[in-house]
Amino acid sequence: MAVSAENKRRLVTAALVGPAAVWLFTFLVLPFTAVVIFAFGERAPEGGYQPAFTLAQFANLGARSAAFTNTLTLAPIGALACLLIAYPVAYYLAIKADQKYRMFLISLIVIPFWTSMLVRTYAWMYLLGARGIPHLFELAGIDDVRLLNTPGAVLLGIVYGYLPLMILPIYVSLEKLDRRLLDASADLGATPLSTFFGVTLPLSLPGVMTGVALVTILLLGEYLIPQLLGGGKVFFIGNALVDLFLQSRNWPFGSAIAVTLVVVVVAVLLVAMRIAWRVSGSRQVDLI
Amino acid sequence: MHNDIEFRSVTKNYGAVTAVSDVDLQVPKGAFLALLGPSGCGKTTCLRMIGGFEQPTSGTVLISGREMNGIAPYRRPVNMVFQHYALFPHLNVEQNVGYGLKQMRPRIEASEIARKVALALEMVRLGGFAQRRVHELSGGQQQRVALARAIVNKPAVLLLDEPLAALDRKLRTAMQIELQTLQRELGITFVLVTHDQEEALSMADLVCVMNTGSIRQLGTPQEVYDRPTDLFVADFVGKTNRVTAMLEADGRTLRLADGSALNVGERRGLAAGDAILAIRPEAIRVDRHAKPGATGFQGTVTNRIFLGSTAEYSVAVPGLGDFLITSDRRNLHESELVEPGQTVFLGFDPTTAHLFPVSSTA
Ligand SMILES: Nc1ncnc2c1ncn2[C@@H]1O[C@H](COP(=O)(O)OP(=O)(O)O)[C@@H](O)[C@H]1O
Ligand SMILES: [Mg+2]
Repeated sequence: MAVSAENKRRLVTAALVGPAAVWLFTFLVLPFTAVVIFAFGERAPEGGYQPAFTLAQFANLGARSAAFTNTLTLAPIGALACLLIAYPVAYYLAIKADQKYRMFLISLIVIPFWTSMLVRTYAWMYLLGARGIPHLFELAGIDDVRLLNTPGAVLLGIVYGYLPLMILPIYVSLEKLDRRLLDASADLGATPLSTFFGVTLPLSLPGVMTGVALVTILLLGEYLIPQLLGGGKVFFIGNALVDLFLQSRNWPFGSAIAVTLVVVVVAVLLVAMRIAWRVSGSRQVDLI
Repeated sequence: MHNDIEFRSVTKNYGAVTAVSDVDLQVPKGAFLALLGPSGCGKTTCLRMIGGFEQPTSGTVLISGREMNGIAPYRRPVNMVFQHYALFPHLNVEQNVGYGLKQMRPRIEASEIARKVALALEMVRLGGFAQRRVHELSGGQQQRVALARAIVNKPAVLLLDEPLAALDRKLRTAMQIELQTLQRELGITFVLVTHDQEEALSMADLVCVMNTGSIRQLGTPQEVYDRPTDLFVADFVGKTNRVTAMLEADGRTLRLADGSALNVGERRGLAAGDAILAIRPEAIRVDRHAKPGATGFQGTVTNRIFLGSTAEYSVAVPGLGDFLITSDRRNLHESELVEPGQTVFLGFDPTTAHLFPVSSTA
């Protein structure tokens, strides 16, 4: 039996989209629906979930306010710190560096990522721990330098871990920048500084927003770095979730926290997108 | 005489490539100069050295009598209309045009900027477009925004790099006239880069013909067309028919490849020996029969292209090769009878035809 062109097109579309749709439905939509349902339920006496409809879990969010405060301060600060370091690096790579060495320099940034994040964070743990940098201070006669298990250590780990994710999108947007626009700006009397703020920065903003959104979103769910470098003292939402689901088995409360986190992430994304559109004057801003 | 732009033995190398080689050039105040030459001959490089985007490897560029070596683009009293315009995509038309005024120190008041911008947009007939985004404009409109963005700053010199190359033919002709009018109204020096000889001849009052990094001829459009100094200029500034020949020792007899001789009149400064006779297509008359006493060649029409107001003939002359002849309406009446396959007489005045030594071949 002949298949009509129209049906054939539908079949092809289904074949292309189908696997992804099934995957997303099974591993994203279903679990997330479960999480939302849990969030309005109650903890069963022996742990886990028991059906109910209550806002009690959300009302109780304050009990984990430290995790929220830590995450909602250290994630943006971390993203900002990444940005401040990443922008000059990306600018150098895209605009100043010799074309010949560009790929080499970029690979220097990417190659460390071939090693597991866990291993690299452990390395920092050792460096910041008593037998690491503080020991050097001790030899120099300065005692009681504490680095590990402080917010500073967590911030350092964040910047170290997420810097490339900030550099690459900014690099891409600067690389795409039409150099003749810089000439045109200079021709019209703009000093290099005004050219930067009047042309380069606004036109690289889509990359900046992509980097900031990417890093912030990932940081909001960060677990490893606070666990290893914060040592239970600097606690993120991710750590709270692990604790609630695996230790105290309070699934409904964990779910409420998770839902709140998702809402925050979506809000961050929408705001970032708005800003990028506004400033770069185009809707062709791809944040993810 | 005050010069707005002056090149003093300017050379520009990019690594091993010599883009501009020992150029001397003087552009008088208020002139409309066209830098004309084939792609890659160094026109843009010359313009970019005036704009300050490139520094000469050696030599000096002067603007309004001031040496410009090492002076950054943003400190030069010139503005440029870039090839492909280079408009700022994140700004609207008004902000693009006001960009230069915003950079001026001491600062210009916002209301004054708005007034000047509106005036400039009016001048390029884009009055209602102030709030448009750049990507919402057609090519011709973008071109005019680029123009407004440059002239609003009242530069001493306006540099234009192939400003009309991306426009369709009709729009291009209209813009040529607009640019000329604008130049007269503003009274500032224009330096226009183009590879289109028609554009150069029709717009500029000084044409500078360049090839492989050096200037071949500088003169009025009439001069470079009617009295080209070498074969390259003759070829580039218009079409030519080349006939290889030999100038005899008397300096006036030209021996052609088919053995015939032409009296080309007294040619001073041309040594006897191999030479090339260059005849413009419109300097040749096509006749059915040779007029008594006329000089010319006998040939067979191989092709005729009707172009409206003119017609182009290809005529094969035995022993000398193919000739291209353009005939306008006045001749057409008679020439209409001439069809491919017919034998015709090509008449011309050898004493006014251009004669170049073979060594000048470009
Ligand atoms: N930035 C550059 N680096 C290397 N070579 C260049 C550069 N700019 C131009 N050139 C070379 O210099 C020559 C002249 O270029 P250009 O001035 O752009 O010519 P035109 O504008 O007449 O087409 C060309 O051979 C070109 O390849
Ligand atoms: Mg060019």
